[in-house]
Amino acid sequence: MGAAGRVSVPRRRARSAVCSPGRRTPQVHRPFVDRGLQLHSSPMAVRQAIKNHQQEQRLFFVRVVIILLVIILLFGLLVTRLTYLQVVNYSHFSTLSQNNRVRLEAVPPPRGLIYDRNGVVLAENRPSYQLEVILEQVQDLDDTLARLADLLSLEEADLTRFRRALRGKRPFQSVPLKLNMSDEAVALFAVNRHLFPGVDIQARLARHYPLGDEMGHVVGYVGRIDEREMARIDTRNYSGTTHIGKLGVERFYEEVLHGQVGYQKVEVNAQGRVLRVLERVAPVPGQDLVLSLNTGLQVAARQALEGRNGAIVAMDPHTGEVLALVSKPSFDPNLFVHGVSTQDFNALREDRGQPLFNRALSGQYPPGSTIKPMVGLAALEHGVTTAARTMYARGYYTLPNDERRYRDWRRQGHGLVNLDKAIAQSSDVYFYDLGYRLGIDRMAPFLAQFGIGRTTGLDTTSERPGLLPSREWKRATQNMPWFPGETLIVTIGQGYMLATPLQMASMTSTLATRGMRMRPRLLRGIIEPDAGDLRLTQPVPEPPVVLSREEHWDQVHQPLVNTVHATNGTAYWSTGRHISGYTLAGKTGTSQVFGLGQDEEYDEEGLAQHLHDHALFIGYAPAEAPIIALAVIAEHGGSGGRVAAPIARRVLDYYLLEEAR
Amino acid sequence: MRALTRALHLDMVLLSGLVFLMLVGLVALYSASGESIDTLYRQAVRLGVAFTALLVMAQIPADNLKRWSPWIYAMGIGLLVVVLVMGEMGKGAQRWLDLGVVRFQPSELMKLAVPMMVAWYLADRPLPPRLWEVVAAGLLALVPMLLIARQPDLGTALLVGAAGLLVVFLAGIRWRIIVGLSALALVALPVLWHFMRPYQRQRVLTLLNPESDPLGAGYHIIQSKIAIGSGGFYGKGWLNGTQSQLEFLPERSTDFIFAVYAEEFGLLGVLLMLSLYALVILRGLYIAVKAQEAYARLLAGSISLTFFVYLFVNTGMVTGLLPVVGVPLPLVSYGGTSMVTLLAAFGILMSIHSHRRLLAR
Repeated sequence: MGAAGRVSVPRRRARSAVCSPGRRTPQVHRPFVDRGLQLHSSPMAVRQAIKNHQQEQRLFFVRVVIILLVIILLFGLLVTRLTYLQVVNYSHFSTLSQNNRVRLEAVPPPRGLIYDRNGVVLAENRPSYQLEVILEQVQDLDDTLARLADLLSLEEADLTRFRRALRGKRPFQSVPLKLNMSDEAVALFAVNRHLFPGVDIQARLARHYPLGDEMGHVVGYVGRIDEREMARIDTRNYSGTTHIGKLGVERFYEEVLHGQVGYQKVEVNAQGRVLRVLERVAPVPGQDLVLSLNTGLQVAARQALEGRNGAIVAMDPHTGEVLALVSKPSFDPNLFVHGVSTQDFNALREDRGQPLFNRALSGQYPPGSTIKPMVGLAALEHGVTTAARTMYARGYYTLPNDERRYRDWRRQGHGLVNLDKAIAQSSDVYFYDLGYRLGIDRMAPFLAQFGIGRTTGLDTTSERPGLLPSREWKRATQNMPWFPGETLIVTIGQGYMLATPLQMASMTSTLATRGMRMRPRLLRGIIEPDAGDLRLTQPVPEPPVVLSREEHWDQVHQPLVNTVHATNGTAYWSTGRHISGYTLAGKTGTSQVFGLGQDEEYDEEGLAQHLHDHALFIGYAPAEAPIIALAVIAEHGGSGGRVAAPIARRVLDYYLLEEAR
Repeated sequence: MRALTRALHLDMVLLSGLVFLMLVGLVALYSASGESIDTLYRQAVRLGVAFTALLVMAQIPADNLKRWSPWIYAMGIGLLVVVLVMGEMGKGAQRWLDLGVVRFQPSELMKLAVPMMVAWYLADRPLPPRLWEVVAAGLLALVPMLLIARQPDLGTALLVGAAGLLVVFLAGIRWRIIVGLSALALVALPVLWHFMRPYQRQRVLTLLNPESDPLGAGYHIIQSKIAIGSGGFYGKGWLNGTQSQLEFLPERSTDFIFAVYAEEFGLLGVLLMLSLYALVILRGLYIAVKAQEAYARLLAGSISLTFFVYLFVNTGMVTGLLPVVGVPLPLVSYGGTSMVTLLAAFGILMSIHSHRRLLAR
């Protein structure tokens, strides 16, 4: 018995049980039909449990015939297509091929401009000349490069960049060799151009930041697209583009600023020079951004810091719009546009002031006493104190059954204090007591409502979250229990707690608006490309801080006014007595950089400058109807009252008095 | 000679078709590579390796292959997973395993393993297959397909899937199941479209209409059509194709080598080449029909038809009939791994034909 007649035993008994052997092979002798087709009319019952080889062979044959018909059809289609291309349209394609000096070029879209809220240009595009090479039209690349190096001053960096760019290019794409050429170099090359087939000068637009280091940290900068970015971007849309946003707003709004690539068909001669443009699809320019920044205020704020390093963030508390965002020292973003030289970059990196570090967003500082108003609110809300309650504040505080003394910044203490005096005079002992009564588990969630410990979501890069310590946090990160003493340290914004100047400004805004919270943002609007109208972005509300009693806000606002304007306030002698024309509500803070031992005294003269305390101030004005909230930090400035508050006053004087005038 | 080919289990008709195609390929490659003897030499070495694979496969009776099918399939799946995992870690190319001496693409193995597995699964069952058997067979093809698509290598994934589905079709899947599944797919398409992001939709549209994107995929097609069309009926002559020699045509040694050939040898040359392909395909189908067992039949049919699919997808792409998917022209395009798979497959065909038993009918 041969293979064709062999009966294979079904693997699954179940199926053979269903079909009775008596129903075997009613179809074997049927004429030659595809059983698949035929089964439409025959019931399932004839389904066989046992393979019928002859039948399957026929079935297979029919299938092969069917598919053969399909193949013939597709072959016919292919031959028709080839005939269409090679016979019918021969002359058309023949001409095209003879004239295949037609080249397709990507036309990069002009990058959107960036303005401040008053229309001051923060980032613009300037024409710049660059030397570009079309590899396919260069006879001997090494020779050409060598001769070009003799003629112009080609740097090693130019060459490495050029060779890297060569790898990822499309056919006949021109690759930049030397950027930002001087007028002399352009003239020199123009005279010798005929010696360099495939090399030409192109006028391109280069990014320029007119305000230089004033806005470096906020606006950021663009730089040449690197390999990592190459993998991320839509290479088609960037086929004419050389630069991409690297930092700040330039990076965050890259997609809006970039636009859509256009292209043009150009006719070129044998040397690859463009003779004329045959067809052009214009690029869609990037959209212009209007930022919420106020350049005047930004400049005034940076000046107000005088010689000190630090950061200032000013916001409109009602909209979350950032009016000024200063980090000092700063850097000139223009350095980065054409590729920063190693020398410049090392100078920036090795500078002890760390000019590349964005203190306003990435700088995480202990907020010091500026956290006290929020702690006071927490205590009021949880009923552990009232505005009327008084206590005697000595020069130190001790926990029950604990020897350790938690010292007040003022050695002799503040005497009899209530909440108002405790905030205005910044009594540490009063707040230690509040901390003891509140406990960390009630304090941390309340402070979290003000956004501490979490990024605000500002629309730019480099923002860091700060740190809001809690029992869970300590357990999770250090696997240690929370000690009661640590709660006391949190009430004066020391210890583990960290906040960025931006977070402090946002927190101050929340105070100023009685709990309403808007996400801080830099983008005020986008200019409609066609109409030229400004389309404003809508403020994004965050969950508000809702208090059980509205008067709790007043009970914290008043001491903030007293901090500045009452004679015993911590900022009165340095600041409050000089203010005229508006009322400032604020809080000073002095945050420790250098840990002191149990009985040591802070001695500014005896300590190196970089260990001096940071001076902080948060505030909003006018106190009755706030239109600006700000946070100031002067690194190693010493006392917040003496150093940071006057800086804030100079900023506010500009905004509320000078500019308004 | 006849005795020799018989001893080696070779099929003269198939063999001559393949050899002529390879020769045509070398001629085209010499031109496409800019008259590079080096390239030609490397390709010849590859052809030699691939031909060895053919010889080896031709000696293995189909019965053995059938027995090994599940193991080969399982190993292939395992290797695909390994490659994916290594790719995840290495962030680099995710297609091949580096065996030190050679780089090995498990997806190539799957081009054979999938039809073998599906044929193995269906061969001992009464045919035509029931609906759930079709679904099971479909899954056998779908799993490696998805793994390969993840690499991501869409072209190979589709070819592997096609090889599996062709087995199911040849096994006699009922028309109403075909109609039903097609209807299901048609219904699923708009739903899928609905859930796609705008940029994904854009990518699909570009795939379907490359001319809309003259800087990307469209550039290839525009240049390729010019090359083919300007070849005319007689062609520009060997080494005289301006499109290819002046390097307007991208990927001219690999995916677009058909355009080089068509430019230099014209419609006449193309028809000759297509006849050779037709010869190979027809002979393959003949072998399949003559095969004695379901497994051999299904596998041989699938191999021959997959070969046609390669051919049509590539020529369709180069002539602008189909979207641009990176599939080489079989036996002609420059490149290694796929050549080995291809000739190994033809080795299987020859084995099937030459290991037939004498039957008492």
